[in-house]
Amino acid sequence: MRLLTHNMLSCNIKGVTNGFPLRLEVEKFVEKEVDFSAEFLRNIFPKIEWKALVDASRSMGYSQLPDEADSSMLDSDDFLKKFHHALLELHLEEGVLICPETGRRFPVNKGIPNMLLHEDEVFVFDGVNLVLNYHLNSTW
Amino acid sequence: MWYLCVFYHRLLDYRRPEVEALAELFGAFGEDSEISHRSLEWKLPESHHPDSPFHFVNLPSEDIARSIANRSILVKGIYELWGQGNSYKELEEAIKGYPDERKLPYLASESTFKIIVDSFGKVMTFQEQNERIQGLTYIPFKGKVNLRNPDHKFWLIETDDYGSNNGLPPVVQRRIYFGREVGAADRKLLPTYQLKSRNYLGPTAMDAEMAFLMANQGLAMPGKLVYDPFVGTGSILIAAAHFGAMTMGADIDIRVVRDGRGPDCNVWSNFNQYGLAMPISLLRADNNLPPWRTGLREVFDAIICDPPYGVRAGGRKSGGRKLLKGAVGPYTVPDDKRSDHIPSTAPYSLVECMHDLLDLAARMLVMGGRLVFFYPVLREDGSTDTHYPEHPCFTLIASSEQILSLRYSRVLLTMVKTGPYSEEVAESAKKKHLEFKENHLKWLEDGNLRSAVFNPADTQTGFAEDSQLNKESKPKYRGKYV
Repeated sequence: MRLLTHNMLSCNIKGVTNGFPLRLEVEKFVEKEVDFSAEFLRNIFPKIEWKALVDASRSMGYSQLPDEADSSMLDSDDFLKKFHHALLELHLEEGVLICPETGRRFPVNKGIPNMLLHEDEVFVFDGVNLVLNYHLNSTW
Repeated sequence: MWYLCVFYHRLLDYRRPEVEALAELFGAFGEDSEISHRSLEWKLPESHHPDSPFHFVNLPSEDIARSIANRSILVKGIYELWGQGNSYKELEEAIKGYPDERKLPYLASESTFKIIVDSFGKVMTFQEQNERIQGLTYIPFKGKVNLRNPDHKFWLIETDDYGSNNGLPPVVQRRIYFGREVGAADRKLLPTYQLKSRNYLGPTAMDAEMAFLMANQGLAMPGKLVYDPFVGTGSILIAAAHFGAMTMGADIDIRVVRDGRGPDCNVWSNFNQYGLAMPISLLRADNNLPPWRTGLREVFDAIICDPPYGVRAGGRKSGGRKLLKGAVGPYTVPDDKRSDHIPSTAPYSLVECMHDLLDLAARMLVMGGRLVFFYPVLREDGSTDTHYPEHPCFTLIASSEQILSLRYSRVLLTMVKTGPYSEEVAESAKKKHLEFKENHLKWLEDGNLRSAVFNPADTQTGFAEDSQLNKESKPKYRGKYV
């Protein structure tokens, strides 16, 4: 899982308001080379939550990203290379993503995060819903 | 300038939209942002049926024409027409009358050339072809012939008049065309990427030719990010990656996307097989409850996918069936079983799936980005009075039907995002979705096309009805690949 993906994911359990950014627990991490595309980086830069990217890259052992960034820095080749490296070349193979609000653990195996919610996270179990449902469907 | 565009005689509904999409890709429309202006001018030869392979198209430059033809899958060739006629005499007059400054640069002595004789609707023997070539000696070719790799290729294409008996679109009169080839599709891509030799396949892997057509409709190119929310074995992303786009995919079934059938038989090995750049990420997610952070907007340049229609690989979403009907309280997974728990899923109706896809696309596509996806339809009497899913953020710019069986087809829809997303937009889209849901036939609401295709009740009245259906439905030469 690359940090670009991490920057887009959040814990969407019903009722959670602060599910982003997910904390990274790294068990196995790899660096994979990806073709550099300045155009792609420039297009994606405005969509990135910078602080989350910096923190995530630090937890993967890369601390060369500046704490803050703005679009004027995109003209610098040096900055683009660091941005490219952090965003696309740091790869979490095995680990866990942890929700900052509930502590819910989303496993990452073979580089693929499993974001599927369990049954009790999908449906908020509360008495009101149960009674309403009885009126609608005539069943408990 | 007007060019002769000859198509391969297959996937007829997909031919012009592909050229239109590639024209957009290669900048044929300039800066005009009015979407209805962003389309090409087309003409048919006199008395030709729209299904004919011969079309005339107006393109701004030869470079653009070449780029379009070379990247396409269905364009047999785009030609600068030097002459046309109903007889060889007429053709000769036309060619002689064509301006010299357009002809001489390609007849120069330092260049090499080749003449190809082709025909539509009939076969010409090698001897007949040679005779035709000999008949062109009035054209002052000064260069040398090179059959393998010539600088310039000239085509002499003949088509006769015939009725609809032999199963081809009606063409009323004999016509002969002569032109210089500007560009042509590279069909060698197809045997390279064919599913037959693909490493990792699934039951709904997209056929290579169709995947390339979808990638062209989505304008996949280097620097763009393409997303497939129903990625499966990655067949659509492969086509997008071939054209240089960055790719990303998600699927609700983790076994398909993470495990595959083994360490050398999975989505990654598919990309390896062709030496393509790996997807940036694959994840397991449910489109009904997507894992994106709120506030994430406009990240993808294109969403290209084949959603489940409920026939072979039915769609699923989170939550058990009884759970969603409120019949039981949610099952709480005991802590020690949580890590490998595979959550139960419920059937995901086509209509709901469409709503989620449109909502996702409305949020996550950049302005001007494309949503390309297949939508199943029931075949009525030829003219499809079908209502496609709609969303206030999108404008439908192409719909191409592929007939799958007597009773149903699938249509490739191409939509462009023309309006920005907002909460109000989402609300009005929800309303539209509910209307769509109510007006839809019951068979679609069940998300189960199988019941429409194999409904036993129909076989009684079926025969009389079906012959009626046949007479008014599409002509005989239309089938799955035409």
